[in-house]
Formats: sequence, C-alpha cells, structure tokens
Amino acid sequence: MTELRPDIRAAASAPGGNSGLLPLYRTMRRIRSFEERVGELFVRGLSAGSMLHLSIGEESAAAGVVKAMAPEDTFTTHHRGHGIFLARGADPARMMAEIAGKESGYCAGKGGSMHIADMALGHLGANAIVGGGIPAVVGAGLSAKRLKKDSVSVAFFGDGATGQGILYESMNMAALWDLPVLFVCINNQYGMGTRIDQATRNQAFDERARAFGLNGAMVDGDDVEEVAATAQELMDEARAGRPGFLAVSCYRFYGHARMDKSPYRAEDEEAEGRLRDPVLKARLRLIERGGAVEGQLDAMDAEIAAEMDATIDFAAASSAPPLSSMFRDVYAVGEPEPEPLRVRLNRILSKGAA
Amino acid sequence: MVQITYRDALRQALIDAMQADETVVVIGEEVGRYGGAYGVTKDLIKTFGPERMIDTPISEPAIVGAAVGAAMTGLRPVAELMYVDFLGMTMDQLTNQAAKIRYMFGGQIGVPMVLRTQGGTGRSAGAQHSQSLEGWIMHMPGLRLAMPATAEDAYHLLRHALTMPDPVVFIEHKSLYTRKEEADLSAPKLPWGKAAVRREGKDLVIVTYSRQVHYALEAAEAMAKDGIEATVIDLRTLNPLDMDTVRTHVEKVGRCVVVSEGPLTAGVAAELSARITEECFDFLHEPVIRIAGEDIPISVSQALEAGSVPSPGLIGDTARRLVA
Repeated sequence: MTELRPDIRAAASAPGGNSGLLPLYRTMRRIRSFEERVGELFVRGLSAGSMLHLSIGEESAAAGVVKAMAPEDTFTTHHRGHGIFLARGADPARMMAEIAGKESGYCAGKGGSMHIADMALGHLGANAIVGGGIPAVVGAGLSAKRLKKDSVSVAFFGDGATGQGILYESMNMAALWDLPVLFVCINNQYGMGTRIDQATRNQAFDERARAFGLNGAMVDGDDVEEVAATAQELMDEARAGRPGFLAVSCYRFYGHARMDKSPYRAEDEEAEGRLRDPVLKARLRLIERGGAVEGQLDAMDAEIAAEMDATIDFAAASSAPPLSSMFRDVYAVGEPEPEPLRVRLNRILSKGAA
Repeated sequence: MVQITYRDALRQALIDAMQADETVVVIGEEVGRYGGAYGVTKDLIKTFGPERMIDTPISEPAIVGAAVGAAMTGLRPVAELMYVDFLGMTMDQLTNQAAKIRYMFGGQIGVPMVLRTQGGTGRSAGAQHSQSLEGWIMHMPGLRLAMPATAEDAYHLLRHALTMPDPVVFIEHKSLYTRKEEADLSAPKLPWGKAAVRREGKDLVIVTYSRQVHYALEAAEAMAKDGIEATVIDLRTLNPLDMDTVRTHVEKVGRCVVVSEGPLTAGVAAELSARITEECFDFLHEPVIRIAGEDIPISVSQALEAGSVPSPGLIGDTARRLVA
C-alpha cells in the first residue's frame, strides 16, 4: 500500500482545506514549545539528569499519527516520546514534573522522561530500551481481539529500532494473527551518533513490513498533512484487522540527549536538515492558503509559550517524592514488600548485641 | 486425594484456571496443536480453542513482550518458555519491562502474567537445555518466583500464580513431570511465600526447593537409619523467601545445609547461606554449607550430567560430616 486513497488526498489538499491543518499546527507548536522548555529545565539544573531526548524536528509524526487515534486506542513510545504523549492530550505540567523527577509527575517521579506512562490516555509506556516497547502492542492487539475491544495499539519507535530483532518478531506476529496494530518508525536519521546509512544498506523500511504481510508506507515528515492522511488510512486498516507500518522521515534537529553537541555531524548537514521543519512549513502553508493570518498564529504561539513556561514553574514548585515511597510499587499494594536494607541491618545487628 | 503426576497436576491447574477466568490465555511455542514439549498443555486446544491456546513462531522475546502488553490490557497470559535456558533470549522483556513496569509508572498498572518454564538436569539435554537459572530471576526485583517440588504444590502454586497481581516466573523441573504422587487438588488455596517443612529432625536443617527436595528427603531417610535426623524445608517460592520458617528451624538445631541445583557461585544457595548466617549467627554451631551445581556447563553424558549437580549421596555425605 503505497498510494493514498484518493478521497483522503483530495480532502487534504483541497483549497482552503485548513480545517485539519490548524489543529495539527497547534499540536506541533505545543510540542516544539514543550521540548524547548525541557531544554531550559535542564539548563536551569531542574531536570532529573541529562537523559532528555528532544523530538524537535519530529513533531509531524506525533501530531499526524495521534490525530488518527481513537480514545480507546493504546500506544507505547521510545525514549524520544514527549511529543507523542503531548499530542495524545497529556498535561504538559505533569509531564514536566515527571521529567524533573517530582511527586506531581505522571509516575510520581519514578519514571522520568524515558519511562513516562498514563493508563488513562492509553499510554502503555515510554521505553529506554531501543525496541523494548514494541512487542507490548502485539499483546494489546491480542487483548483487543480476545476481549472484543475496538482498540488499535500503536508502537512508536525510532529508526534505531530497525536494528532490533524484536521489531521483526512483533511485525510477524501482528501480521500472522491479523491484529489491530500499527508500527510507526520515526526516522530522524540518527540512532544516537550513527546515521541511518551507517546502520543499514536499505532504508526502505516499508518494504520490510510488506515482506511480513503488513500494510507499509513511507511519508515525508515535512508535510504533516501527508503524515496524518497516511496514518489515518493505515489506522483504518489496522482497526479492521489489517496491521500496518508507517515510516516518517524527518531530521533530529539537536543532539541525541542534552549532553550531546553532535560532533559527529557536519554543520552544513545540520543547517540543511533543520530546513526540514514541519512546524514552519505548516505555518507557511496556513498563511498561504488563507486559513489563518500571521497575527492569529502569533497569538496562538504566544498563548502556547505562556502555557509551557508555566510547566517549568509547576515542576520547580513541586516536591520531590518522599523517601518512604521508595519501596512502594515494586509489587502491588498489599503484597509482601522487600525489606528495606536499613531495617534489615537494624534487625540483625541489634539481635547480635542483645 | 488423587494419584496424579506433576505434569497432569499442572495441566489440571491450567484447565481449572482457564475455566475460572475467561481472560487466561496460554501463549508460546507448541502449546496448542503439539500440546507442549513436555505434554503439559496436551489437548487443551480442543477445549479452549486456538484463541486461548496461542501457538507462536519461535520468537521468545516477542512471546514474553506480547504477554506483557496483553497483561497490561486486560488478559492474564501464561507465556510458556519451552526451556528456562531460553531466558537469555527474553531477559529484556522480562526484567526491564515486566519486572519494572509497576514501579517505573508509579504504581499505575501491574503486569499480571505468568512465565511458565522448566529447567534442571536429568534428560541428557545438554548445556543449553539443562540449566537451573532461578538465580537470574531471584536477583531481579519485581518478579515473583515459584519452584514447586510436588504435584500438589505444582497445582496450587500455579492456580495461585494465576490470581496474582504481579509477574510470576514459574519454573518446573523437567525430571519431575512423570513423578506420580498423592495430591489434594481441592485443598484450600496455598499461601504464596510459605515454605513447607517436609520432615523434622533434631540434628540439622536442609533447606532446598524443586527436585532437590526429593534428593534431600532420600538422603534424610538414609541418615535416619544411622540415627541422624534432618529437617527438610521445601521453600516452594524463592520470591518471596520464607525466612521465618527457615530461621525457626535453624535456630532449633544450629546446623544447616542449603541445596540448589544451580551453579554454586553467586547463586541461590549463596543467597540462602548469607541470609541464614546473618540472621541465625548466634545459633549456629557450624558454618552454613552450600551444596550446589558445579561451576561448569552441563554435559550431555549422563555420568557427567548427574555428577555435576547435587545428589542424595552428596547431600547425605555432607550432612554426616557436618554433624560428626
């Protein structure tokens, strides 16, 4: 499946067809603004560590695919997943608090940027193991089928995960069992410092998916409408039990994580790569089509900036989790808990003294 | 009471659990049409159909990973790993995902899955199909671990595992499948984490689990003929560990041997020994002695295989020297 359904393409490119683009722009702008604030949180020394992976330049994948998801759908993400979660409707303040390791965060400060999750929004978890979250959507697909839930499960991952065997095991199972599952590869050209052409000979990832019997498509992430339209088609198919794969090509604007200044890539390449800006392109298209005037967009941007500024204040004002929460959640409430080492030491040593 | 094999007790536990709970599904290699490599799931596909007895490709990481996702979204999967030796293929999904999800996500959700597998020596299955890798699991917070020695425990622990809120690794012993014994399958639910005292004696305590329980009992019976009386504790579960029972009995007699089929170094026996030594030091007349697998791979030769893990003879000889 390489060709888009004509009706979707027509709707997307219709003159004045901005009804879909403006919300996509807004979602992408919110992601961009949020990620910039994550960078600021780090610079201000308020983040929990430096393992913060920004999705600047990759906003169209999050906005476009999530737009095609229904409330009952579930998903997992990779370690660069802030934008996806935000697009899904996450509260950016609670996200920022989690990234700062605070009690008010989504995971009470235990997960952080790379392990954020929210069952209410169907977020089955971000993952710090490349490819680690992929097979969970196969399981979610089995659940949907067995429990007769109208729910598609989407795995988001980077091009780095195309080097992991579990992706292919999972695609094979999804195809074999006709599961309501979509695999979304956000190809930002880099797995840490290794460019994709240094990691694989054939970058036509959709061919791999089709080889397993999945629907497969590749889109240019510069164009969020293209992403959204293709994702919608693949999601409709997946919902009908024909799983799919979508690769979104884009460029990772900044380093792998906050400590990485990308010494392994040329400035020229970066300058050119950053021209692939889905947020800017959507903005220009909105103005060109007459769906919005610059002043309106400026006002929207300013409102988003203020909202995102406030997330830093919220995170900064939030408390660290209490030490007493440390032994909680290893097992379910009411189940035997691990004995804290200090308790154990006191038990043993005081007995010896007695 | 019924006469039943360890294998059939496990099979009955699966049948009863699947009848009691519609969300229980079995997923793994050869679990359906083939009926399980050791026959535990024989004919279950006839009763429950391929939707609940899910045959998979040979993809252990994704079998466990799919079970994780299924457990998070409303099913209660039993993922079957044909041999515990295949854990190496699956450790990311088991230890980085299943074991940590509840904690990393601040308690939002658990992963109520059971990983059923089997290990140990006794079938000349060679170095990659005969290991005792429970130490890997015991080392990982977040995973419950059961290693039943009897048919009755196999039934009740598996039933219990399929009601638990957290991931359970359930390791059967390949040499016990055909062992037939009397079992009460309608007994009240077995508490999880409670050791069984299989025998009581005044001279020493043997702490063990899985097949080595039977070896320890055999050794104890032989020693009894010479007036040496051993207590044999069957731990049943290695997470949690029932140290209360162990402590109570070790403090009574002051001598203890721990037995594990897994390799000696940094293994289950090492952990047990360290805990008993720390917690019962004032009561011990002798050091806690570990009897464990040799620190070598398992050979296919029956002589070398049997020689590399504890035997009733080795347990008995060691115990006699300890009490001498």
